Amino acid sequence: MSASAIAPSAPKHKALSRRQAVGLVFLCTLIAAVSQMLIKLGARGSAVAAPWTSVAGVWANIYPMATNFHLIGGYALYALMTVMFILALRDEELSVMYPFISLSYVWVAGLSIWLFGETMNVFKSLGVIVIVAGVAVLGKDGK
Amino acid sequence: MAQTPFQSIALVALASFIGSFGALFLKAGAAKVKLGKRYLFLNSRLALGVALFCASSLAYVVGLRQGEISVLYPLVSLSYIWTMLWSWLFLKERMTRNKFLGIGLIVVGIVFIGIGKG
Repeated sequence: MSASAIAPSAPKHKALSRRQAVGLVFLCTLIAAVSQMLIKLGARGSAVAAPWTSVAGVWANIYPMATNFHLIGGYALYALMTVMFILALRDEELSVMYPFISLSYVWVAGLSIWLFGETMNVFKSLGVIVIVAGVAVLGKDGK
Repeated sequence: MAQTPFQSIALVALASFIGSFGALFLKAGAAKVKLGKRYLFLNSRLALGVALFCASSLAYVVGLRQGEISVLYPLVSLSYIWTMLWSWLFLKERMTRNKFLGIGLIVVGIVFIGIGKG
């Protein structure tokens, strides 16, 4: 790829302030968590209808998923969140914004207790914290 | 819903693996995109990337039928590890100390969640 192909051109939009961009990404993490709850709800309600070994069987399994409102809603929110994240990335470095996304693990942990009666323990909490730290370190080298 | 069966964990790990190839093909396709050109999805690499993301979502949803979302969702961070491996192998991106450190922390975090799962 030539240098000119990746050189930033003059922005054609009104630039977001740092605060607005961070706010947008923060909102993304909340939407991502809600989308995961919907996907879990949709997945929980679906059962394996047929073996996966034939075309008809695969279709019998996929069709109920593709028409499940929880799954459609969950993935629609996921798409919305992706677009919002891209908008935030226009004005901010990926390395600054990317680690924020892993905050959604924290919201999912909280929502899963509230909605699904899941439990938190020291190891799960520690796991989430260490993963968030890992994504933050990874992000330091992304640009 | 206190138990997270091994099958669910394997399916979510598979989803992250397939999804990482989706990211690889999106990257390969993005390099060939000419702005202003219509029919973006006639770009075969982008189309393959999107198809792989769909396949990955399918494995994810099947995996999520059973088990705890608080265990399975953080496992999606496995895809960071695969993606880094492919970008090093196929895109010749540079491995740095921070990337190794970040991956190491993610692996440790995933192990903790594995220990803590119900």
